[in-house]
This record gives sequence, structure tokens and C-alpha cells, in this order.
Amino acid sequence: MELLRIATAGSVDDGKSTLIGRLLFDSKAIYDDVLDSAEQHSRKQSSEYFNLALLTDGLKAEREQGITIDVAYRYFSTPKRKFILADTPGHVQYTRNMVTGASTADVALIIVDARHGVVEQSRRHAVIGALLGIRHVVVCVNKMDLVDFKESAFRSIQNDLHALLKELKIESHHFIPISALQGDNVVESSERMPWYKDGPLLPYLENLELPNRTQNAPFRMPVQYVIRPLSNEYHDYRGYAGTIASGSIEVGEEIAVMPSGATTTITAIESPQGEVSSAGEAEAVTIRIAGNLDISRGAMLTSSTEKPQTDNTIDATICWMGERTSLKMGTMLRIKHTTHTARAMVNALECKIDINQISVTESCEELKLNEIGQVTLRTSEPLVFDEYSQIRGTGSFILIDETTNETVGAGVIGRPPYLGDVGS
Amino acid sequence: MNSPDAKSNELLTSSQLRALEAESIHIIREVVAEFEKPGLLFSGGKDSIVMLHLAVKALRPAKLPFPIVHIDTGHNFPEAIEYRDRTAENLGIDLIVGSVQEALDSGGVQASTLPGASRNRLQTPVLLKTISNGKFDAVFGGARRDEERARAKERVYSFRDEFGQWDPKNQRPELWNLYNGFTNTGQHIRVFPLSNWTELDIWQYIFEENIELPSIYFAHEREVFERDGMLMAYSEFLKPENGENVFTETVRFRTVGDMTITGGIKSDAVTLEQVIAEIAVARVSERGTSRADDRTAEAAMEDRKREGYF
Repeated sequence: MELLRIATAGSVDDGKSTLIGRLLFDSKAIYDDVLDSAEQHSRKQSSEYFNLALLTDGLKAEREQGITIDVAYRYFSTPKRKFILADTPGHVQYTRNMVTGASTADVALIIVDARHGVVEQSRRHAVIGALLGIRHVVVCVNKMDLVDFKESAFRSIQNDLHALLKELKIESHHFIPISALQGDNVVESSERMPWYKDGPLLPYLENLELPNRTQNAPFRMPVQYVIRPLSNEYHDYRGYAGTIASGSIEVGEEIAVMPSGATTTITAIESPQGEVSSAGEAEAVTIRIAGNLDISRGAMLTSSTEKPQTDNTIDATICWMGERTSLKMGTMLRIKHTTHTARAMVNALECKIDINQISVTESCEELKLNEIGQVTLRTSEPLVFDEYSQIRGTGSFILIDETTNETVGAGVIGRPPYLGDVGS
Repeated sequence: MNSPDAKSNELLTSSQLRALEAESIHIIREVVAEFEKPGLLFSGGKDSIVMLHLAVKALRPAKLPFPIVHIDTGHNFPEAIEYRDRTAENLGIDLIVGSVQEALDSGGVQASTLPGASRNRLQTPVLLKTISNGKFDAVFGGARRDEERARAKERVYSFRDEFGQWDPKNQRPELWNLYNGFTNTGQHIRVFPLSNWTELDIWQYIFEENIELPSIYFAHEREVFERDGMLMAYSEFLKPENGENVFTETVRFRTVGDMTITGGIKSDAVTLEQVIAEIAVARVSERGTSRADDRTAEAAMEDRKREGYF
């Protein structure tokens, strides 16, 4: 089974770090010395119970305040599967760090407090998950111990969130009532919630098979680097190194080189294990081709029958991450898309997305920190791209401030499916 | 629940290692393509050995276009130093050594006279000086996020300002596999291609790829003495103090650092399979068993990293 990358999301005090601490603790992924040091700190804070969150909050400032500021990555494995868990912050001011953690995840684990139900942060996280094309959402309704393990509390939250996820077009989801603090339904089934029959969280994650959305996607490989050994032994060697963003290829197959559109044939594929006859998505390969074509970093090798789009005007949804600046009409930025870096200017700022209504506001002057909106960008050179909903790797980009070099925006090409035709 | 039964998980392990390998190769290629002067920190420890192995794979059949860099406290295991020198020679690449001893001799840094002080902290100014002298704009490091909780917070591309400092509360957002390597003169990026590997992944990969390691990673007889529950190697750099007795024990080292702060563990594991079996059931972290430097304070690593440590 594949490696499973999970991003956790929840609002402040939902018990997210506690749940992760519990998963690590109960799956014995925590070494004794790490546990000792967390226990010592827990005593220092004079907590009544052992504070599991101390296992994940890694920075001094986080432990002092009891909040998560930045993503912490955690690793654990069971005999069935290896997990990479991005523990992301819940505070609204750290949303950009949540986006960082969620961008590489297959599954979002949304934690909701059984006493409070769906709050603004849950909605924000669900919207961002939908925007980033998360494949599957698992909702943990936590702190069931504080609502006497009542089924009605769980079902009412399930109904609310179910409606939200449906609106967001997230089809694949699952709900579990838990108590992270006391361990109910985390690794072992809870005896206190006999009405819930679908089993605890960890076995669920171990056996989860994800829908493969890119199975039939056309071949795409942005060229990272041209390998030219310049040695006697490899005098005429020229290999195009990159990671396959989607699809698969075979030796002898015809491919196109974008943006020129010239076609050629693959003569060899080298993988980390040596020469192979074919390769597929997410593999890091070096490709050699017939003939001499002008190919450098930023070019893309693609299927010759299903080519990507090439344009210097793109419509995209942006999450703005700049703290000191905002995104306005005419703002000039660097854009890094695949292995290609160019300049981009904001040509139109169409609308801002209202997270609470999941709709768009009519007019919009600017996007501020953590705000999401629909824009049109004009780029200094044409980009070779697909819609993000089709191919993640060729439909995503980041925006970089030209003066400070900070990453100030994340963008996905196209309009998120859940917005429909609103505002257009 | 890490299964000690490595064999039954062979296929599973292999596909996961291939995913980690591809991710690391992608990162290394990005750096080589985008930076003017990268360097790779190499200590002769297992993590930097795996990182170098991946760099060779990422760029073959071309020769590595960057040097390896070692910050030598002068108190290293001779086995690791020999491995370092031989590796650089075999690959035909430059080795740049930042020497803590030379910095001490020239007065560039001052040794602490406190009892129990090591040269660990002295590595930071020497590392920063080596980076600025070499005009490196990207420095590969073999740190893994599973090692320690401050490291669990680090980005793959970790921005360092003109003072070499890490600001953990203000890191650049890092999305998908799109890394932002833009810096101004004097700033640099620390790049961690092994961010998502665990200790067990490293060992299983070494096994699958049949990578040679310095002999100190395997059980051998050595003169040691016990200090703070760790078995310290007896050497000219570290001698027992009052009440500490030197004895011979069969040990191996789980990490390879400065001899004065790296402790060994009792072990009979002489093959890679035996080492992997031991690690799969270990109950103490590698830094917990073998690094005195992490034990000094609760946030020892975070504090050192802020100053510019590895």
C-alpha cells in the first residue's frame, strides 16, 4: 500500500495535537526518552493529566502558549502502512502554514469539538482542502467524553458537515466520534459508544484506499535540469531530468516538447534503479530523446496527442500569504510554476471568496493575508499548464515578492468546482 | 508497532523507499538547477552518506558539480574521517574542511573552560564562516524531521539570513514541490532532502542499496567508560574523570558525531540486517541514546538552530 500523507486541521483547542500525540503514543511511535521529556514539561505546567500535545508542539513559543504556530511533520508506521502526518495550526493568523501542510497531503483529518460543532475554522479548512484538491476527508468529532458520548451530538455535527462537504464537492469522506484525551475510537474501539459501528481511526487509515484521480491523465514532465557529463565516456550524452507530474511513458513513444510543440521519440529512460522501459507518475527520471531539440529547464515533455495549454494569461484562485503587502490590480510578482519562473502582473481581481457563505463577493479591491480570491494573471512568458483539478503538478504555482523574496501567494489554475458559475 | 519482521514488509518498504528516494532526487535537482554555488555537508555519518548517494543518482552520469563540506571539530572518529577522505577521492570531487581546531588556534573562536564543555557549539561559527568564505548560496544538510522536535518544524528549503540565523516563527510557506530559493547576497538556504525519512528508512535504504558505512556503525570491541548512562569511547580527546572506570565492551554507534559527545550502545549487531532488527524494536531515540548535546536543555536544538547550527 502507498505511503499515506495526512494533514490535520482543526481550530484552537479542538484537541488536534492531543489526537496526534495519542496516535503516536498508542502506536508506540514515541520513544521513551521523548515521552519522558514531554512528561517532565507536563509536570512543569502542573497539568492534571499528561499533556499529549507536548509531544507535537516543538517550538518553545508553542509550548508556552499551548498553540501550534507552524506545521510539524510526524512519522509513524504500523505493519500495514507508513504515515507522514503534517500537524497544521488552527489559528486564523497561521492559515498559510496550514496551507503549507495541506498542499502535499492526500487526506485531510478535520477535528471538530463535539461541544462547539462546525466553527469558522472548520469551514475555512474544508474550503482550503477543497481548493487544494484533497482526495479524502476524515472528520473526527472529538471530546465526546464531554458530551457524555451521546449519539445525537455526533449525528448533528455529522449532518452539518456533510452538507458543507457536499457543497464543496468533496465526495469522499468519513466521520468518527472520538475522545483523543481518553483514547476512545483512536486505536481501539470505544466501549462507551456502542452505537458507533464503523471502527476506530487508526485501522481505518491503515486500510484506506484512495481514489486514483490521475490514472488516465496524459503524460507531463517539467524539465528540471539537463544532464551533460562533458566527459569522454559520455561525450554526446544529453539527458532531461525531471519528476513525472502525471501519466506514464515508454521507450519508443512519441512525445511533444512544450512550449515549442516539436515532437520526438523517447530513446531511453533512466530511473534511480538504472535503465527501465517505462515510468509513471511521481518517479524521478532522466529521459533521452532522438535528434537535437532546444530543451532547457522550464520546458515540458508531454503527451503528443493530449497537449497542455500554453498561454500568457491565466485564470487562477489565489490564497494570499503576504503579511505586509496585499494583492491588488497591477501588483507585479515573480511566479514559480513547475520548473519555470517568470514575472506576473495582476490583470484582474474578480472576486473574493467568502468562506462562511461559500460564495463570492461581488467586488473586491484587494486580497489580504489569508484571503482567497479569483484573479487573472498576465505573465512575462507563456506558461505551459493544465487545470489544477485535472493535474496538480502542472496546475499549481507560487507567487514570490520581488523585493523581499518571500512567498506571498499560492495559486491553483482554474476555478474551484464548487464555485460553479457564480460571479462570472 | 514498527514491525521487527522486516522480511514480511519487504514489498511495502520498497515502494515507500522509492517514493522517498524520488522526492529527495527532485529536491537535489532543483538546487543544482537554481543555485550558483551549492555545497553538501558531509560528516561520514549515515545520513550524509545516504544524501550523497542520492545526489550521485540525481545527476549521473555527470560528476557532482559541487563540493562536499565537513565541519571538523578535530575530535571525530578516525573511521569516519578516513571514510570521508576516501569518498571524496573516489567521486573525484572537492572536499572543503572547516576546522574548529584551526579556529581555536587562530583565536577565531574561544573554547569554553566549563567542565563537560564540548566543541559542539563551536561548530556553528566555523560552519557559518565556511559558508561565507565559500560563498555558498545553498547548503545541503542530512537532517531529518523525525530526529528532534525543532527539526520537525523545518522546511525543506530553510531560509537563513545574513547572520546565518533560522527564524522558526517566520518561515516561508512551502507548497507542493515548488521551492522558493530566492535570496539576497549574504543570505543562504539550507536544504534538507532527507526531511521525510525516518531512522529506519535510512537503514532499510542502506540495506537495499548495499551502501558501505564506516565500521563504527557495527558492533566492535572498544575501550569505553560510562557517563550519564552513555558509553563514551575512550580516546585522547575524552578521558574518564573521578570514579569513571574504563572497560572493554562490544558496542556500536547509532549516530556519528564528535567523539566527546557521541555515546555508543551495547550491541552484537554486526550486519545491516541485525542493526535494522535492533532499531525496529528500539525504545529510545537515536539522539536520546547517543547525543549528550541534546540533553543540556529542553530546547537545546531549537536554540542552536536559531544561531545557525546544522
